[in-house]
Amino acid sequence: MLSISDLCFERYFERVFEPVSFDLSAGSLLLVTGSNGCGKTTLLRLLAGLLEASEGEIHSREHPLYAGHNPAIKDDLSVEENIRFWMKFMGTRETNTGTELCQQVIEEIGLTPVALQEGRTLSAGQRKRCSLARLLFCDEALWLLDEPYSNLDREGIVMLDRILKTHLDAGGACIMTTHGSLRPEGFELQECHLISGREKYSGTAA
Amino acid sequence: MSRQSAGTAFAALLRRDFLLAYRRRAELLQPLVFLLVVTTLFPLGVGPSPQLLANIAPGVIWISALLATVLSLDSLFRSDYEDGTLEQMVLSGQSLALIALSRTVAHWLVAGLPIVLLSPLLALWMNLPEEGMSILIKSLVIGTPVLSLIGAIGGALTVSLKRGGQLLSLLVFPLYVPLLILATSAVSSSVAGLPYTGQLGLMFAGLIAALTLAPFATAAALKLSLS
Repeated sequence: MLSISDLCFERYFERVFEPVSFDLSAGSLLLVTGSNGCGKTTLLRLLAGLLEASEGEIHSREHPLYAGHNPAIKDDLSVEENIRFWMKFMGTRETNTGTELCQQVIEEIGLTPVALQEGRTLSAGQRKRCSLARLLFCDEALWLLDEPYSNLDREGIVMLDRILKTHLDAGGACIMTTHGSLRPEGFELQECHLISGREKYSGTAA
Repeated sequence: MSRQSAGTAFAALLRRDFLLAYRRRAELLQPLVFLLVVTTLFPLGVGPSPQLLANIAPGVIWISALLATVLSLDSLFRSDYEDGTLEQMVLSGQSLALIALSRTVAHWLVAGLPIVLLSPLLALWMNLPEEGMSILIKSLVIGTPVLSLIGAIGGALTVSLKRGGQLLSLLVFPLYVPLLILATSAVSSSVAGLPYTGQLGLMFAGLIAALTLAPFATAAALKLSLS
């Protein structure tokens, strides 16, 4: 589904991370690990197409779904209005129509009690849930999730694992970053450890 | 994959923008109040002689409209940029030019159209002769969309800067100059009983050019700002 070879990205003539290569097939989950600042987000943004690689190649036939640190939630709109907008804007034709489907999505991510509240009143965890709602109504096969577990409570983590499992079982694939403490449980996964360019040259790499 | 049609996305975005504009009414009123205040200051500054005011009326009204538009441009893409919405829009696979056009249309409807609607009042304050009134309104109807379209390019270019407002005005004001010259000359000509269709025609040509080219320039600028 996705294959990258010797991919690396330079910022101010310095490599953000050492070149990485991997293949990702349908139904698999790749975990990108590494310390803070080692380029995990940069790698995901490269794969999403927001940045241009300095070296190496990305072979992919899939249009990915990227969920980054910015939740893309409008403070002045309610949870429901936010989700409805994204369903119409980036969902499939099927998600275009009903209030029903929107309610279903909100229920599944556990935001029904705050569905009518404005975005500004949400907690960090609720924001995360709201931005993850996209996973339920977009039909992209490749997901790029940047620290999806951050700010989620225990229940939220279980919810995300369940959504992820459904996606992988249906033949989707996912690349996920994590700085270590939280990992998806009960999945077969590949792991890719990123080494920051700076670490290598200063010799402090683990 | 049955991706959302461009029309649906365009309509959804437009609808969201109106909803947001409604929720942030106060923000919307600021440029309009600014427009009224600036225009009121002129008689106080240059003297209330009716003839003098009538002579400078087209210029004053148009410059105030320019300033009010630039004031509202900085926020055109900023909040979408800061909360990650823009990033998601770029990745959604929808045409970025269409997104830019939709944002610009929304901007004109909430920031440009009110200026047109206020202009008769401003013309009255500035003692613009009656013959000039309809031409002033026409020039604003043709001109304010151009202000939004060109301004959107500047807004997109400066969106990633922390304090892009000043740079934005430096970028777009020179591009507004031809429009300002044509518009004020059309209004003055009509007051003096001279033909003015040439100026309006040129402005209209400018509108067509901006309408077809500016969204693409804005899209390119947005792409640049995001990387």
